[in-house]
Amino acid sequence: MTDLVSVSVEVNGRLREVTVAPHHTLLDALRDDLGLTGTKECCLVGECGACTVLIGGRSVDSCLMLAAEADGLAITTVEGLATGARLDPLQQAFLDTGAAQCGFCIPGQLVSARALLAETPRPTREQVEEGLAGNLCRCAGYEQIIEAVLRAADPATDGSPAGAPARPSGEPHPFDVANVPDAGLAPQ
Amino acid sequence: MTDAGRRIVGASAPRGGGLERVTGSQRYVADLPMEGVLHVKLVTVDAARARIDAIDASAALAVPGVRAVFTARDLPDPMPRFGPQVRDRPVIAVGETKYHGDPVAAVAAETKDSAEAGAALVRVAFEPLTAVVTIDDALAADAPLVQDPALRPDDPNAGRNVLREHRSGWGDLAAAESDADCVVEGTWSFPMVTQFAIEPHAFAAAPDGDGIIVWSSIQHPNWLQRVIASLLDLPLSKVRILAPDPGGAFGGKQHAKYEPLLAFLARALGRPVRLVLSLEETFQAVRRGASRIRVRSGFRRDGTLVFRDIDADYLVGAYADIADRTVAKGSWTANGPYLVPAVRIVARSILSHTVPSTAFRGFGNPQQIWAVESNLDEAARRLGIDPVELRLRNLAHHGDAFLPGDTPADGEWPETLRRAAERIGWGSPLSAGRGRGIAVGLKSGPTTGLSYSTVRLLADGSVVVYAGTSDMGQGARTIFAQIVAEELGAPIDWVTVVMGDTVVVPYDQQTSASRSSVLMGNAILAACRDIQKKLRAMAARLEGVDEASIVVERGEVRLPDDRVLPIRDVLIRGLGRLGGEVIGVGEFRKEAEPDHPLGGTAAFYEFNATAVEVSVDRETGDVTVERHVTVSDVGRSLNPAQVRGQDEGAAVMGLGHTLMEHYQFDAEGRIRNLGAIDYRIPTSMDLPKSMESDAIENGDGPGPYGAKGMSEGALLCVAPAVAAAVRDATGAVFHDLPLTPERVWRALRDQESRPEPPGG
Repeated sequence: MTDLVSVSVEVNGRLREVTVAPHHTLLDALRDDLGLTGTKECCLVGECGACTVLIGGRSVDSCLMLAAEADGLAITTVEGLATGARLDPLQQAFLDTGAAQCGFCIPGQLVSARALLAETPRPTREQVEEGLAGNLCRCAGYEQIIEAVLRAADPATDGSPAGAPARPSGEPHPFDVANVPDAGLAPQ
Repeated sequence: MTDAGRRIVGASAPRGGGLERVTGSQRYVADLPMEGVLHVKLVTVDAARARIDAIDASAALAVPGVRAVFTARDLPDPMPRFGPQVRDRPVIAVGETKYHGDPVAAVAAETKDSAEAGAALVRVAFEPLTAVVTIDDALAADAPLVQDPALRPDDPNAGRNVLREHRSGWGDLAAAESDADCVVEGTWSFPMVTQFAIEPHAFAAAPDGDGIIVWSSIQHPNWLQRVIASLLDLPLSKVRILAPDPGGAFGGKQHAKYEPLLAFLARALGRPVRLVLSLEETFQAVRRGASRIRVRSGFRRDGTLVFRDIDADYLVGAYADIADRTVAKGSWTANGPYLVPAVRIVARSILSHTVPSTAFRGFGNPQQIWAVESNLDEAARRLGIDPVELRLRNLAHHGDAFLPGDTPADGEWPETLRRAAERIGWGSPLSAGRGRGIAVGLKSGPTTGLSYSTVRLLADGSVVVYAGTSDMGQGARTIFAQIVAEELGAPIDWVTVVMGDTVVVPYDQQTSASRSSVLMGNAILAACRDIQKKLRAMAARLEGVDEASIVVERGEVRLPDDRVLPIRDVLIRGLGRLGGEVIGVGEFRKEAEPDHPLGGTAAFYEFNATAVEVSVDRETGDVTVERHVTVSDVGRSLNPAQVRGQDEGAAVMGLGHTLMEHYQFDAEGRIRNLGAIDYRIPTSMDLPKSMESDAIENGDGPGPYGAKGMSEGALLCVAPAVAAAVRDATGAVFHDLPLTPERVWRALRDQESRPEPPGG
């Protein structure tokens, strides 16, 4: 067996050390060594974009990069887009437009869209089409995905819900959990 | 039920599982943590059909970490076989490979690396044999038989490569022929294409006490449970299928593929095993049936159809899978939504040494619709009648018995066509170089069905729904949550939908034919009614009034004194100090009709009209869809955002087989364009410049609130609409798909050497 390589990467703001085989890709390391399975595996030739991650704000197919090449770099995966319970405006916009269908391509779409908006904060539709050209969606929810990216980029909405949610945000939840009668002590 | 009462149903409620999908926490089969799992890699040979002479596993077994190399020798003799139509698929190839990619061995190892290294070292001595790859190859008098005739002993076709032949029709064709003023005839071919779900199929299995657990990205967990139970000789209760939401399926994940192999491996090794296919391997696991279809249609001068004569050959693969059913169903409705007095339809499933074809969105219909609608377009030109007008003249109206022996027209279909024509601006002037085309598509929904659901109304008014549907992106979780939220008054985010576990979730026949909103939806509605009935008794007891005087609906309890209470208030009072819950069970059946050629009539029809406007680059042959209008009759749109997603997604998928997708084979039957680089599907750069989707909602479906199934409709007639538009723009007529730039460019070049007037 080949010698293993020690790699130190910052993933979603956390410093991680992994020991990988020299031929292992960044995708392998993320999924198999770090358990970050949000980054998906499909074509393994850099065509489908399911494995897209952010490195230095740019989108990278993690199936085409060796894990060893990532040594010393800062990587953001789909798991790192939200801040705690607060979704990234793109994630919220994807929910609001119904952009996620089966969901398998969505992590890659979101990460590519994040890279696009980092470079072009107010993209045109054509720029979004081009920015996501490397991310295949076979449910072909492209129209709703593009709409979501444009919505997240629109300062007027700032990614806030604009669809028709079941319950308008801000309105109190109709049920008060604390109000559920307690059955009291367990019967003896 | 009135529309006015609808609050949650009919709104674009947020997708069930949406949060998991946008945060990366949705776990597909390949993502599940599995302690001590062995990784499996398949071994194939570089041939389509080959005689397997010997398999030497010694080098593979010497690789550190390799635990087993499984071949036919490690399985029972005779080889166990399975299949939804014919039990012809072996657990692993025995004696002979039947297609390029038919696995001959499986390596199980401690790491993916060692599984791959082991698989590369399995030495297979094989002799390539003549492979049957085309319809003509298969029908040749001296063609080798794809399937061992012993596998279908009482079948008169067992001695040929025709798996089955389906004949249907009505009226007197000969008499009708003499009535025709104009007969239009042609042959249209449809390419071999693959489902290309972005999640490659993934399977796992592990011993579980005296039973087994099988994980699969499958659409039909209950069907798989029966297959595994039968192959392993286990009771159903000892076979647990765990089926996380598939990452796209499109029909390609309906039936068992490598789950039986994994189950035998797990039992033999006493350890969990997992196989995740590469994208290339999915191309070698599933595809759509290719076809060559001849259509003769007779018309009166005024455009009235007087007869149709359809002869269809479908090239299916080496194992039957569900392919012949796609042929039977697709050909049964081949005449489409038209009123025609005399029809004859013949269709054959022809076996070949190619990837087993299976269900794929549209299920045998897009092939027929490509041929029949293109034939109609040619008739419109010959007769000098506008294509919309010609269709309207012959389309069935609501209630018309357009298909003898089956469900009458369940929609006002001309309305759908008119809507599409209006939205595209049919008849308005076009810019230079542009062309328009329009077509309609019809598909029969499920012919039988059986869905059970359990719904638990918990003590705080929240709800757990158990439904055996697979949510593969169509959004069944959302629809089911909407129905119970509507009926039981729970906020939608207080509803949990449990799927994909055969130990926990009641039986559902399958997730296919756009059935789940209707069949499972009705089962869930029935379970809600069961709960509402129990709440009525509860309220009667609490209020001291007669049960019959109480109405429970839409989340509310209506008392005889006109008081209206939220269900939750009655529930909390009624359950009392011990708490508890109210359990409802629901069932919905679409019974089989044994005398019907398909085993049952259509539960509903999917009907779609598609109109497109294209421009064609004469220098490159590139077709650009400038506008794409798709209109589906959905009965009732339970969730408009999801209806839109399904329709637009189906439309784009249809553009794939229309403009770019097709398998390419070499002379030996090996696939030459495996994978994402050489087989192109539409990207965000290939979209129509403008996409408009619209739904016809007349509340005339058999599902909850008048819904019909939908999800396949918008794919059905994309190809004939686009080809008609290209013809309108250039004058070039196409009989073969896809309309690649090369094919279009060649046609335009040929046209220049033999000028033909455009239009007309």
